[in-house]
Amino acid sequence: MSHIAINKLYKTYPGNPPVKALEDIDLKVSPGELIALLGPSGCGKSTLLNLVAGFEKPSQGTLLVNGTEVQSPGPDRGVVFQEAALFPWLSVWENVIFGPKVQGMGRGEYEDRAHQMLKIVGLSDFKHHLPVQLSGGMRQRVGIARILTLGSRVLLMDEPFGALDAQTRLTMQELLLSVWQQLKPTIIFVTHDIDEAIFLASRIYVMSARPGRIQTSITVPLGRPRTVADTASETFSALKLQILNLIRH
Amino acid sequence: MATTSLNSLRRIVLGVIVPIIVLVVWQIVGSRQNMAGILPPPTQVLEGWHGWIFGSPGLGLNPYLGSWLSNVQYSSMRVAQGFFLAALIGVPLGLLIGWSRLIQQLFDPVIQSLRPIPITAWLPFSIAMFGIRDMGAIFLIFLGGFYAIVVNTTQGARDVERNLVRAALMMGASKRQLLYRVVLPAAMPSIFTGLRIGGVAVKSGLGYVLWDAYYVGRMDIVLADMASIGIMGFLTDRLIVFIEQKVLVWRILQSH
Repeated sequence: MSHIAINKLYKTYPGNPPVKALEDIDLKVSPGELIALLGPSGCGKSTLLNLVAGFEKPSQGTLLVNGTEVQSPGPDRGVVFQEAALFPWLSVWENVIFGPKVQGMGRGEYEDRAHQMLKIVGLSDFKHHLPVQLSGGMRQRVGIARILTLGSRVLLMDEPFGALDAQTRLTMQELLLSVWQQLKPTIIFVTHDIDEAIFLASRIYVMSARPGRIQTSITVPLGRPRTVADTASETFSALKLQILNLIRH
Repeated sequence: MATTSLNSLRRIVLGVIVPIIVLVVWQIVGSRQNMAGILPPPTQVLEGWHGWIFGSPGLGLNPYLGSWLSNVQYSSMRVAQGFFLAALIGVPLGLLIGWSRLIQQLFDPVIQSLRPIPITAWLPFSIAMFGIRDMGAIFLIFLGGFYAIVVNTTQGARDVERNLVRAALMMGASKRQLLYRVVLPAAMPSIFTGLRIGGVAVKSGLGYVLWDAYYVGRMDIVLADMASIGIMGFLTDRLIVFIEQKVLVWRILQSH
């Protein structure tokens, strides 16, 4: 059974004329799969992610997660936002335990897990810092730690590393891959960066704009675990060229 | 080190030049015969003020002797009550107006059409309703602070970053948790702006003495009273800023 099943999905924003953000989207993601939605800005990839997250409602079609229709946002689908969206008045630790806390869990139920997740993202020494005292990359680490603490089995990532410098971005991609290897969540990763999509995903869905459609899906022929060396391989460059040609058309 | 102390010395010197000129001109103009009973010179105001503060009451016909402290206490109490009431109602109402379309449509037209009425225009209504002493004063002080607090809080609640709300919902927050765990702290900077602006509007505190002294021709007490109001207002504002800096550490770090 697919973890996420999207069938004939449409999203139209009312207006004159109405804006067709998404048209006829079919997408199936297996449990533990890491896929990328790749496309230019305005192709609706973030809209699609917002629909899966439950922030917006589809105009037409079905959208199932774990076999049930998505009605609203919830802790089973953790979102990592472009600008981290941490609560600036809370410390790193308080940000990470926000989810379990509002759900009324007792300390004993989440504290070990939160410590462990902060360790995985390498922020154990920054628990008492405020978000504003962290770098962009560190803020995204907190964003990842908080949805891991939440226990989400689906991670929805909306260009989370887009605003980072090249070196930090690579470190974060490696971190994400190691987290994924360890915990095997299902991940939808939205990006406009071809290299990033190839390096991370098992399968890439290339989207086109106006109306937003899925143009093609491509299986990435790289093994796991992946390292930086893979980005310099011939397979990598060949695939990149193939996608570049696709997007040009 | 030497330059910083030189700079602060320079700042102090520059800051007192204009007040000194004003005081000197005031002294000269106020000492003229035709100004008697209209504009007492600073020396006379200080003298009256001194008596108002330190004089021993009950000796003689001067009702202002030694009553300054109790006047200030009495006024501060009413200011505190009115202002506290304004914050107590203004902050939650502002949050709800900014947050809920329904509440906004219910309350916004009322507030926006009452807001242009100056506080002084409420005076007759307030006297008729509440009388001249406590309740009337508290009502006017409340009104003075209320609009600024409600309007700024509304703005703050409305401007909460959309992704912060989404993040909270994604983590399982309920509507109520959203309001006090996300909207309230996110609106806090605007709430403090409202409290400070509201605090300025509130300073009708020592007002009773002001009018009383005016009616019996004690212009020195009128001016001393105005100066007292100014000083009290300044101290109140410093107090709010002090609390703000304690509460909004995250915000202050952000702007550096």
